[in-house]
Amino acid sequence: MMICGRGIEKLRWIREDMMISLDVFLFLLRFMRLIQIQMSKSAIDVPPKGGFNFDLCRRNEMLFKKGVQPPSFRKTGTTIVGLVFQRLLFLFNQLHSSFSIFYLQDGVILGADTRATEGPIVCDKNCEKIHYMAPNIYCCGAGTAADTEAVTDMVSSQLQLHRYHSGRESRVVTALTLLKSHLFKHQGYVQAALVLGGVDVTGPHLHTIYPHGSTDTLPYATMGSGSLAAMSVFESKYREDLTRDEGIKIVSEAICSGIFNDLGSGSNVDICVITKGHKEYLRNHMLPNPRTYISSKGFSFSKQIEVLSTKVTPLKEKVVVIDGGDAMEE
Amino acid sequence: MNSIDSTPAKNSLLSSEIGSERTLYPYVTGTSVIGIKYKDGILMAADMGGSYGSTLRYKSVERLKSIGKHSLLGASGEISDFQEILRYLDELILYDNMWDDGNSLGPKEVHNYLTRVMYNRRNKFNPLWNSLVLGGVKNGQKYLGTVSMIGVHFEDNHVATGFGNHLARPILRDEWHENLSFEDAVKLLEKCMRVLLYRDRSAINKLQIAKITEEEVTISQPYSLKTFWGFSAFQNPTKGAEGSW
Repeated sequence: MMICGRGIEKLRWIREDMMISLDVFLFLLRFMRLIQIQMSKSAIDVPPKGGFNFDLCRRNEMLFKKGVQPPSFRKTGTTIVGLVFQRLLFLFNQLHSSFSIFYLQDGVILGADTRATEGPIVCDKNCEKIHYMAPNIYCCGAGTAADTEAVTDMVSSQLQLHRYHSGRESRVVTALTLLKSHLFKHQGYVQAALVLGGVDVTGPHLHTIYPHGSTDTLPYATMGSGSLAAMSVFESKYREDLTRDEGIKIVSEAICSGIFNDLGSGSNVDICVITKGHKEYLRNHMLPNPRTYISSKGFSFSKQIEVLSTKVTPLKEKVVVIDGGDAMEE
Repeated sequence: MNSIDSTPAKNSLLSSEIGSERTLYPYVTGTSVIGIKYKDGILMAADMGGSYGSTLRYKSVERLKSIGKHSLLGASGEISDFQEILRYLDELILYDNMWDDGNSLGPKEVHNYLTRVMYNRRNKFNPLWNSLVLGGVKNGQKYLGTVSMIGVHFEDNHVATGFGNHLARPILRDEWHENLSFEDAVKLLEKCMRVLLYRDRSAINKLQIAKITEEEVTISQPYSLKTFWGFSAFQNPTKGAEGSW
């Protein structure tokens, strides 16, 4: 199409041999654009404006009422606990009759059991529920296993990026705010109940985060199906002036209480001790449920099966095993 | 088991039967009862609260009563049903006394009677909405048992009802042992009641402890436990981050 400029001329050339008037041409242009818009409307869905779209949640509820069973998901059916220990030292100063308080050796101890359930079945008898967030922050997760893993991984990456950007050690309240805003945004549909603990420049912190996004700051906390059993131990045994070893003992007792008194928790005890500048991840710190009867003969085929030949290949020759290595770090 | 249904049931089918009186939900409820065996007999503890839904309506409800010469009964759940049970047991003990044969009903017999009553009521869809703890000593034999509102009954060294099952039994499983002295047993019970006071919303800080031995039954005067709220972390939870919560 050849259009000779705008202007006062009412005659435009479409082609050398065709001439239409300006208003007809403009009408044609608008008509074409209208058709294009109509076609695009049916092909592309306009995205909803702002917020999170909960339409599928309404559909799921409707289906559930009609009797359609949702697929079962793996839960970490659980006991998770956290405890802050701060050794207080009082010094009485003779001259000025005053006393000062020193905090020696303070930090946070997190504990968890290791059973993951799928309805009535134990699907993982030694899973890891204490997740890495930052070198100085760890998080225990109860609820839907996928949700706790995904949410802690996501916030861990966000913290890492923030560390690169700011050049400073991550703070526990940062992780707390990132987690709670994410969980609140999803209105409780992300079923992750977390116990977040760590030591940063401001001191040791322990927080609980509920699936709907509310948080608590506490000296001792428990979550999960075994939380009542563990809380009964904490309420009777916790006191402010604890040493690191006393703290580990109380946390182990609380988790054992959950393991033996709650059906959703079981197997072993994991402990993570975080102090200023140092952390210790004690995987399977206690194994109170050992396999009691193990056949010393090992496995043997039944007598009806004839063993024709035996060949033993030690795999150590074929495969290089990397020893140690902190699986938790990046 | 003794959950309080705050919304009235939409039971158009059942309410259409004229004159039908079935227990559908409890109104005035008591919270947990804990019982343990110790060296000389049985010790039971219960607080004195009667909740009307989520209000604490009555604060002097005695939920531990002695039955005959040899037994002690503690109940959680609907208080009016507990009073009905006491009337049944009164009649039972009276008839037993009238025989005047030198025998008296011991805790095992009373426990069995209660089990039958609770189970039969449940079969008629008209349960007595209680969880009962029954303890006693007869002829040197200590007995501690429990009956729930649907008739589940068993006998053990330590029992608890309601929230006590979740909060007190883990402690008792760890720390109970044979031949506890009276002081140790009271300390253990108080430890459990303190945890319940902290973590059960319908518990109040006014409790009674009842003791039964071969010789006597004593139900103590009401008293309260010492609690500690002075953790430094409670004082200023947002110390590390101003403005957060």
